[in-house]
Amino acid sequence: MANESLKAKVAAYTEKVEKSLAKNPERKNLAHNRLYTPLDIEGFDYESELGLPGEYPFTRGVQPTMYRGRFWTMRMYAGFSTAEESNKRYRYLIESGATGLSCAFDLPTQIGYDSDHAMSEGEVGKVGVAIDSLADMEILFDQIDLGKVSTSMTINAPASVLLAMYIAVAEKQGVTPDKLNGTIQNDVLKEYAARGTYIFPPKPSMRLITNIFEYCSKNVANWNTISISGYHIREAGSTASQEIAFTIADGIAYVEAAIKAGMDVDDFAGRLSFFWNAHNNVLEEVAKFRASRRVWAKVMRERFKAQKPKSWMLRVHTQTAGSMLTAQQPENNIVRVALQTAAAVLGGTQSLHTNSKDEALALPTEDSVRVALRTQQIVAYESGLADVVDPLGGSYYIEALTDKIEAEAWEYIKKIDEIGGAVVAIEQGYIQREIQESAYKWQMEVENKQRIIVGVNQFQIQEKPVEGLLRVDASVGEFQRKKLVDLRARRDNAAVEKALAALEAACKDEHINLMPLILDAVKTYATLGEICGVMRKVFGEYQAPATL
Amino acid sequence: MEKRIRILVAKPGLDGHDRGAKVVARALRDAGFEVIYTGLRQTPEQIIEASLSEDVNVVALSLLSGAHNTLFPKIVAMLKEKGMNDVLVIGGGVIPDADIPFLKESGVSEVFTPGTPTASIIEFIKANVK
Repeated sequence: MANESLKAKVAAYTEKVEKSLAKNPERKNLAHNRLYTPLDIEGFDYESELGLPGEYPFTRGVQPTMYRGRFWTMRMYAGFSTAEESNKRYRYLIESGATGLSCAFDLPTQIGYDSDHAMSEGEVGKVGVAIDSLADMEILFDQIDLGKVSTSMTINAPASVLLAMYIAVAEKQGVTPDKLNGTIQNDVLKEYAARGTYIFPPKPSMRLITNIFEYCSKNVANWNTISISGYHIREAGSTASQEIAFTIADGIAYVEAAIKAGMDVDDFAGRLSFFWNAHNNVLEEVAKFRASRRVWAKVMRERFKAQKPKSWMLRVHTQTAGSMLTAQQPENNIVRVALQTAAAVLGGTQSLHTNSKDEALALPTEDSVRVALRTQQIVAYESGLADVVDPLGGSYYIEALTDKIEAEAWEYIKKIDEIGGAVVAIEQGYIQREIQESAYKWQMEVENKQRIIVGVNQFQIQEKPVEGLLRVDASVGEFQRKKLVDLRARRDNAAVEKALAALEAACKDEHINLMPLILDAVKTYATLGEICGVMRKVFGEYQAPATL
Repeated sequence: MEKRIRILVAKPGLDGHDRGAKVVARALRDAGFEVIYTGLRQTPEQIIEASLSEDVNVVALSLLSGAHNTLFPKIVAMLKEKGMNDVLVIGGGVIPDADIPFLKESGVSEVFTPGTPTASIIEFIKANVK
């Protein structure tokens, strides 16, 4: 048999190599096998494991022609300081060839505080744009046609409010909600487990999320209601398998919650989207992307019995790994991001953000973000990587590794099911502990030089201070505070009170969909802090266990 | 019996990035220190309260959100107000080199920027704790 002959040849090769290892040692700590042959994918069945792009189980991609039809969306995450500043940056990015928008909000906004709240001190505009009310949102999208652009908003606990603001801005532009394209991250579970911008406890948070699923399925049908995220789980230190496993477990929890709330799976599943990390090990990342599509397709068709193919598809936005950027020799980060871009493209992402070289130290300048965008454009137009669908499919290594990562993911998903699902697993700290273990292991590998980071623990130089970094001035806080004073003076405060009172009452009745009431409040120019304040009052705040 | 050095690892402000704080906390623990980790979203008042009640020798502040120039000096000043003048205050996170002189003038003894091995932090504490 051909296999027996190959087995014998591989055995002979292995014996020869192992004999020579004493004289020609291999580098240590290499995670994968030396060589992959047909023996590593014995029993591989093309049709059931891969199939064709755009068909179940979508291993090779979610669209039939992938990038031959249309490149991934080049969607650069941006935002800092005031809405005025960020609007300028969005228009610069669009002029430079970005094909989608992505909004970064500051921490007070992400955590439902106005710029004048005590907790906002020192934080206003630092990691993203400060949005205190619909007035700021109008400035943010000045000269940007919401009927023509797709916008992703990295907002979680107050996602309902920012979505309502976006809808309100569009209405003023004459664009109806059904015409809107975009995404809200809206993934509270990973906030509890890895990212930290939660507000309310799990139960009311899940209610808000399912309210959004329902509202959008009827009114904003082209909107991705959630971006179930693994990026941050990976950034917090997880492995590739953990990244997709924990995220898919979160996805399972969201689907279950929506079904429990009375929705039919096919009414919302097609608008669930995902968010992966594009990490350093290029080929492992490609396998991870492929495995993730296969796992989710099986979850949706077999576990949840979804009928529509759109419900089985894992559509993903990707970001290159921020945690892999170095403060040392920052130009090297351009190279890292280029490799990570290759990984994301070979992996079949629908949308991509590339980090800038200076982002280990600060938010990017116009010059550094332009290079990051050009990285995507060069890969798209010059490298050939986008010209063939799933070009690595059929590689013995890629197929074996896809299978391995899939199997590891199922193990974790099973474990989480046994614990009682993602919500319980997070409440018990299981997911957090797994992430921490992996993070500590990584750090010890770096400190023991089992893992080399160029410029950091090898190939170091005497560093010169980096010049020309972007700085967000402390005066932004004052600027926003003044705006709030003006806003409160000129708006109809009676209307604001009325809308907030109606929202408070509705919050207390778990059968009411809160989106219409949030939209009403937003239109009266109630501030984000006022709206979230009402929700904090009724729902309470999440108390995080300080696990170490 | 010699009292073990007690270290508070704290996350002031709204920043939710805790990978570094947790890795440092664990490395310090493995190095033989007693470590208390505050968790996220600590106000300066809460950090002072914890420092007092835990009777710490070191306060290690972790911040990646850019609010360090506001929060670190505030925390140092409040520790001094409460008479905790011998407490060693160190910081880490995403802190530009250009800000370090100001932080040191405000009373932060050392700032550990991205890429620092945990071994350096351990060494510094052993050499500088009172």
